[in-house]
Amino acid sequence: MRHGKYPFIIGFLAVPVALYAIFVVGAYLQMFRLSLTDWSGYGTFKDIGFDNFVKLWNDEVIWTALRHNGFLLLVMPIVTIAIALLFAFLLNVGGGSKGGMTRGVWGSKIYRVVFFFPQLLALALVAVIFQRVYGPDKSGMINGLLPDSWEPWLFLADEKWALTCILIVLIWQAVGFYVVLFSAGMGSIGQEIYEAAALDGASRITLFFKITLPLLWGNIQVAWIYLGIAAFDAFALVNIMTVNQGGPNNSTQVLSMQIYLNAFKYSQAGYASAIGVVLFFLALSFAWLTLRVTRSDSVEA
Amino acid sequence: MTNLTTIPSAGATTAEPPAPAKETGRRVNPLGGVAHLALFLWALATVGPLIWVALASFKTNEEIFLDEPFGLPQSWAFKNFADAWSEAHIGQYFLNSVFVVLLSTAGTMLLGSMAAYVLARYRFPGNRFIYYLFVSGLAFPTFMALAPLFGIAQAMNLLDSFFGLIVIYIAYSLSFTVFFLVAFFRTLPHEIEEAATVDGAGHVRRFFQVMLPMAKSGLVSIAIFNIVGQWNQYLLPVVIMQSEDKYVLTQGIANISVSAGYQAEWGQLFAALTLSILPMIIVYAVFQRQIQAGLTSGAVK
Repeated sequence: MRHGKYPFIIGFLAVPVALYAIFVVGAYLQMFRLSLTDWSGYGTFKDIGFDNFVKLWNDEVIWTALRHNGFLLLVMPIVTIAIALLFAFLLNVGGGSKGGMTRGVWGSKIYRVVFFFPQLLALALVAVIFQRVYGPDKSGMINGLLPDSWEPWLFLADEKWALTCILIVLIWQAVGFYVVLFSAGMGSIGQEIYEAAALDGASRITLFFKITLPLLWGNIQVAWIYLGIAAFDAFALVNIMTVNQGGPNNSTQVLSMQIYLNAFKYSQAGYASAIGVVLFFLALSFAWLTLRVTRSDSVEA
Repeated sequence: MTNLTTIPSAGATTAEPPAPAKETGRRVNPLGGVAHLALFLWALATVGPLIWVALASFKTNEEIFLDEPFGLPQSWAFKNFADAWSEAHIGQYFLNSVFVVLLSTAGTMLLGSMAAYVLARYRFPGNRFIYYLFVSGLAFPTFMALAPLFGIAQAMNLLDSFFGLIVIYIAYSLSFTVFFLVAFFRTLPHEIEEAATVDGAGHVRRFFQVMLPMAKSGLVSIAIFNIVGQWNQYLLPVVIMQSEDKYVLTQGIANISVSAGYQAEWGQLFAALTLSILPMIIVYAVFQRQIQAGLTSGAVK
């Protein structure tokens, strides 16, 4: 065990650490450096101090994007978790009790399999599908289903509703995963707890709020973090589905799209790095907040 | 169901108006009905768009605009599929994806498990530092440092190369893989490893012949997680791969979607979508359990 320990450790760590250091850590470090330059993405650059950050502060589009990210970050996890909890509950104990045993509704296995499937599809694929589902003429699935006499709905071309369309697709894809996750959590809650509560005359709604929800709290926290990350990205959906990459009129603009556009379309890679730096601190505070919240919870428990 | 609900109502018959006739037989659970409806509608919303896509892939442009989204095609011709395969190069994109994901997942698993093993089982100065360096990557979204990553790939001549894409996939997959496997390796017993040492097995042999076989379930989970994640990756290839014949599937589909808009070849787009969804359905049908376990493994630990 003793001889040759260090050569072995170095040998096993060298390649993974090198790859990670170059492409991940290296990119993060350079991001800080480049945020202070006027780099276009190609060739040389010069230092311009904090100009990028001043520009960022005054950039209306960035603030709009930040607001949209905030909206998705708040609404998407809440709605997804609520729907997933409801379905998981119905699948596990919604079928009432027979001989004192609570059970799931009929066909709950099939439902679980079907609901989960969208999780397997690439978000880019989902984006292309739903761009057609939302098609603004009769070739779109939803407009095709609406009565003939109705004017076609514009969906993604409508400033007021475009972001909601994106939100719905995010939820459509995510729900099944959390149904399965919460189902697994509910499955590990002992039958006898439900039986005892049912004998005391507790309704199914009481069962849900007094037993299921508190016992699943850990799972819900994990779901919150995962969904927050997914809602914060949304690049594939916005890039593929929306009019003019974030339009119409920036109504679906998000930070990931802004970084991409500035880096590769507007030749402002230095500015894109500055947006990245701001994002770095936002993500850091989110992570810190999450750690604090989950830790204080586990002390109480 | 019977004993819990009928006893109280039987005792209260004198005070209440006469119960409806079916109260005496099998009482229909009203929540059960609503539950079924809600679950059924969500299942419909999940498979509806996919069925719509599959039907449209057999239709001509005129039929797609016919305002009957779920009408059957006039003929079940495979022309759209042939076009999608040859003209839209969906086959090429598909093979590119298979090639990239095969190598990048293999590389991620090998390098990730090597690093995780050393970090989980050996004490040495810097162990904690390297571990936290890997784990801290989980807090930040990939798109954050997009501009500098492009710069690094450019400087290293990795743009538009499969090798570059594979290496970058591996680098960005290491955070979660190492995090997950370190936790997993720590749970495995030390005794067998020690017995192997007594038998004269070296560090490397212990890893490949003792640890990896013991860790099989964890390795399968994280491998599935990486395959799905890398297969569905869209942001990184958009930045790295520039010539069309090197596009991966997600990129290719998004590209077909754009050109379908220009050339009004919707049938071809739907056929391309069907061809990309179908393998996922087949794989999911066969490995449904493993896939659900693999994808949720990150959330339930």
